[in-house]
Amino acid sequence: MRLHEYQAKQVFADAGIPTPSSEVVETADAAREAAERIGGTVAVKAQVHVGGRGKAGGIELADDADEAHEAAEGILGMDLKGKHVEKVLVEEAVDFVDELYVGVTTDRGEGRAVAMVSSEGGVNIEEVAEENPDAIARTHVDPAYDLRPFEAREVVYGANVDRETARDVTGVLSTLYELWDERDADDAEINPLMVTEDGGVVAADAVFNIDDSALYRQEELAEMEDEAFEDDFEARASDAGFDYVRLDGNVGIIGNGAGLVMTTLDLVDHFGGSPANFLDIGGGADAERVQAALELVFEYENVDSVLFNVFGGITRCDEVAQGINDALEAFDELPEPLVVRLTGTNEEEGRELLTDRVETAEGLEEAVKRTVELSGGDGE
Amino acid sequence: MSVLVGDETRLVVQGITGSEGKFHAERMQEYGTNVVAGVTPGRGGDEVLGVPVYDTVKEAVREEDANASAVFVPPAFAGDAVMESLDADIELCVAITEGIPTHDMVRVNRRLDEVDTRLVGPNCPGVITPGEAKIGIMPGNIFDSGNVGLVSRSGTLTYQLVDSLGRRGVGQSTVIGIGGDPIIGTSFIDSVRAFENDEDTDVIALVGEIGGSDEERAAEWIDENVTKPVVGFIAGRTAPPGKRMGHAGAIVSGSGTGTAESKMEALRDAGVRVAETPAGVADEIDDLL
Repeated sequence: MRLHEYQAKQVFADAGIPTPSSEVVETADAAREAAERIGGTVAVKAQVHVGGRGKAGGIELADDADEAHEAAEGILGMDLKGKHVEKVLVEEAVDFVDELYVGVTTDRGEGRAVAMVSSEGGVNIEEVAEENPDAIARTHVDPAYDLRPFEAREVVYGANVDRETARDVTGVLSTLYELWDERDADDAEINPLMVTEDGGVVAADAVFNIDDSALYRQEELAEMEDEAFEDDFEARASDAGFDYVRLDGNVGIIGNGAGLVMTTLDLVDHFGGSPANFLDIGGGADAERVQAALELVFEYENVDSVLFNVFGGITRCDEVAQGINDALEAFDELPEPLVVRLTGTNEEEGRELLTDRVETAEGLEEAVKRTVELSGGDGE
Repeated sequence: MSVLVGDETRLVVQGITGSEGKFHAERMQEYGTNVVAGVTPGRGGDEVLGVPVYDTVKEAVREEDANASAVFVPPAFAGDAVMESLDADIELCVAITEGIPTHDMVRVNRRLDEVDTRLVGPNCPGVITPGEAKIGIMPGNIFDSGNVGLVSRSGTLTYQLVDSLGRRGVGQSTVIGIGGDPIIGTSFIDSVRAFENDEDTDVIALVGEIGGSDEERAAEWIDENVTKPVVGFIAGRTAPPGKRMGHAGAIVSGSGTGTAESKMEALRDAGVRVAETPAGVADEIDDLL
């Protein structure tokens, strides 16, 4: 789960990290009032989960309250890389002499946290990591000891942070690690951490992503969840308990198991088609789930044909076939052709059970080719 | 010889009184796995499926000589259940549970450095040596005994490949599902090493997917250490960046790391035959045998 910038800043500020004064608002009028209270130049920043907000036009500087009103009017309601902007953060613009990167993230390869500092802040840190990895100082944290103070110092000095600022940056890094540790974070990052003329530091942006699997024990953070779904489809899929991703193509895909569904998408592409979605129906394909999945996939106007690809393991193919038949009763007429491919335990019984309202196929490749043909592709 | 599981396996099922644990314990018994005990705290003294239930894993080890464990415990408690197995000197722990918090796995991963236990998973289908034993949830009937060692991050995709092999009359020495989570115990490298050293394995199949860099690391290791032929497959070529494709670990980051292309290229550079389709994997293997 991703927190919005304003939420992450609140959590960071509560933990003692300096942040600029700011207010989150939902109307242009409120933005004007906020700018008046804050005074001076402010930044008006879209609160959506999108990388590169600035370049996409989601951040504007305003010299006074009227400009803040104008900026908020432009940003509120806009679609930023597919995400609708409903809130903006009006924030004191900070005069800075330097920009740093400070972050703690989970390094999956090492299976532990990595604490990082770079003096090249304010730019895409992933690009820095690729082009100039030496510009990022880092240490992996042994969870048995947590981030020890000397390790934090080593990283800060390793990044060539100015001596006057080093103590503050060390404090910020240690706090970020504590937040990562206590709040089940995947990432706790500040980019940029601005260095002010008097040598102080201020978090000008904030990223705080929480492990979804741990939300049950992070109630305070779970309540902040405000994930704007890209569309109604993803919201409904989430309610139904499906893993669903909408894509640009016209071949609808339903399957069980992430790896198999990904492979089905790849095969559609391989045989000249274009996938319309990823939908993992998960374990157990009873009529209710099958019906919900079919409705969701058919409803997307792009879809010209649908492939239902299930490998029956513990769930037997005849049970799945029965689920499909029952689900089809909810449709007077199928909006687009449906190809069903069942493999695994009791596959022949399953295929025999299926009504003639669907096409069946035995092999995976055969099923994909046929569905691509039905979508208007050549299936080659 | 078999890899990880076999006739010598004496399995304790953690969470045997739960519906999942009980269901799969019975399937494992049917397949021929020697299930010697179950563990559910508070249910010690009961009997389930003809085996005794203990309150702790240590009791199961002491009383029944258990040397392997399968974890079917709900996610909030599964990290602790794995820790309990590690502390009881279990040789092989297979964690089936999906949704264990990452930070719990960070601590488990740290503890693994200090003990001799091999952990497979979590969020995995398990391990099977066809015709001998299985620890996990895979449907045993689709597997045939043979000489292909297969390691995979995915469940149903593994079944699909095993099915494709079966249709060509090709069986498996051992199949290891290492799991789709960001932090897992047994890696591709551990699995490939076991297959390289297994006299019953002639061809190794590595089935990866987008996200992380385990496949790239494995490619490097294969290049330097493996003499047996390896066939590779990577799922997720069409996955858009930034979107999680079902598995917690299956995501291409914004900067393009963890892509299918980088993994396929790394494997090809290491001399692995990379196929584009599941049928292609089976064809390559058939061709090598």
